[in-house]
Amino acid sequence: MTLLLALAIGVLYAAGTYLLLRRSAIRVVFGLALLGYASNLLVFTAGRLSREGPPIVPEGAVAAAATSADPLPQALVLTAIVIGFGVQAFALVLLKRTCQEAGTDDVDAMREEG
Amino acid sequence: MNTLLVLPLLVPLATAAATILLARSPRAVRTASFAGAAASLGAAVALLGATRDGTILVTQAGAWEAPFGISLVADRFAAAMVLVAALLLAAVVVSSIRGLDGARERAGYHPLLHVLSMGVSGAFLTGDLFNLYVWFEVMLMSSFVLVSLGGERAQLQGALKYVVLNLVSSALFLAGAGLLYGSIGTLNMAGAAVALRELPAQGLPSVVASLFLLAFGIKAAAFPLFFWLPASYHTPPMPVAALFAGLLTKVGVYALVRVLTLVFVRDTAFTGPLLLAVAALTMVTGVLGAMAQGDVRKILSFHIVSQIGYMLMGLGLGTRLALAGTVFYVLHHIVVKANLFLVAGAMRRAGGSFSLEKLGSLLARSPLLAAAFLVPAVSLAGLPPLSGFWAKYLLVRAGLEAGNGTIVAVSLAVSLLTLFSMTKIWNEAFWKPAPAGAGAAPAPLSAAERASLLGPVLVLGAITVAIGLGAGVLYRFADAAAAQLLDPELYVRAVLGARGGGT
Repeated sequence: MTLLLALAIGVLYAAGTYLLLRRSAIRVVFGLALLGYASNLLVFTAGRLSREGPPIVPEGAVAAAATSADPLPQALVLTAIVIGFGVQAFALVLLKRTCQEAGTDDVDAMREEG
Repeated sequence: MNTLLVLPLLVPLATAAATILLARSPRAVRTASFAGAAASLGAAVALLGATRDGTILVTQAGAWEAPFGISLVADRFAAAMVLVAALLLAAVVVSSIRGLDGARERAGYHPLLHVLSMGVSGAFLTGDLFNLYVWFEVMLMSSFVLVSLGGERAQLQGALKYVVLNLVSSALFLAGAGLLYGSIGTLNMAGAAVALRELPAQGLPSVVASLFLLAFGIKAAAFPLFFWLPASYHTPPMPVAALFAGLLTKVGVYALVRVLTLVFVRDTAFTGPLLLAVAALTMVTGVLGAMAQGDVRKILSFHIVSQIGYMLMGLGLGTRLALAGTVFYVLHHIVVKANLFLVAGAMRRAGGSFSLEKLGSLLARSPLLAAAFLVPAVSLAGLPPLSGFWAKYLLVRAGLEAGNGTIVAVSLAVSLLTLFSMTKIWNEAFWKPAPAGAGAAPAPLSAAERASLLGPVLVLGAITVAIGLGAGVLYRFADAAAAQLLDPELYVRAVLGARGGGT
């Protein structure tokens, strides 16, 4: 499972980077979204992928069983997803306005100021 | 719960809420906004007062013990940064009264200013890496809206570049934080500092360190990651640009200083020379970029980049004197750079343009404005006895003591070119007779405009002069802050208590 996620994260990073290097601004924004997802999955994976029991510390012990997944990265990822959602929504609206004003979505053509 | 640590976050939040609730009356919004900025300033002064003697204030949010909960930490450097940030916010609020059009003000400008200020203070005060990410996002979100507020075409294009590059930086930072948590199981800075001592220096920690270096390097606008800055900083109205120019890149520098002196302390053999190379290239490209420009705002934007180089130079050298130089430089730079942008706004009002070609004879038209420009400009170039001279003097001396002649030579040459740029603005905008065919000169500044546009400029200028004349006071403070930074054990013991210390 970890290997599968590692591959998925790699593909997401690669695709995101590729899109970031495009001239079309909409692809750049999609690339940003993919980079964000890849980072989120990376944090998620860092907390161990396991369905072995809840991460509850038994009475008398000082730590949860080593096989259970760490809930903290999952909480972090939830925060990051929410932030990412807001930021991407803003980026899309900004992109729409910019393309309307500039009359193009080619980032190279946006150089000159209006 | 230590109230002093929480106030710099709560006051801006409350002010933002109040300015939203009062939105119907612009006058009430301005009053509330100014009162909030003044209260932030008061809270910051109290915080600095409590940390001056070397105490490191710590609060564990929600009483979750470190390293499990989120710690808020203030040492000398953090408290001083919070104070200049609050000072700048107050100056910008006053300057916005006349420096900004009513449409932008009605569109939620004041709440955004205070949320931005909260994000910046949070980034300075947090002792947790993931929390630092969250504060970065708070700061970025409001800066995104501020930079695009108004929706002019140039502004939108600048905003798009700004947003894209900063989001890339955030993604890198998040990935670094995830990898770090995966390897050591904590993101508390003090906890990470302790945990990393036990890991081998190579491998994952170095990967994480380089991810952080990249992420913060983009935010600090270091070479070769600075291109977003000159593409966007000249587009928003000048009060906004002043706030960005003063604060946002410096949050990146602060984060670099923090993680490299506290968390990733063992890689200095590698990061030191790397940072010095980056510093030299940042200085040179920034200053050369500025020389090619003919627009006051763009010249100033490129100079932010070159000045970041000086701050990284101190961090790269890594000695106590060098770090004191960096602390001194950052504090001086925030005041001076923001001031120059505010002056540019006043020049635009008095001269009708930002373009050096179209400006002229401002000295005759407004001698006060000329004086207000001269102080920060000369300080930026580093002429004695103003603050910039002492900042550069500390760094140059640290460079010579470390036996690194190259970086010293580069920094001095860049300083000379900075002076050239400032002289260019002076000659073109202030001395040169107004160009023919520029149309009638704009009406002279009214009393209200003078108070709003020039008042903050003169206050910040007075601070620049005061730092220059009383450099010893700030130097002793910067030196003490550097000593604190160089002894991470102090920080670790303050945050983790006896448990983490002494290992």
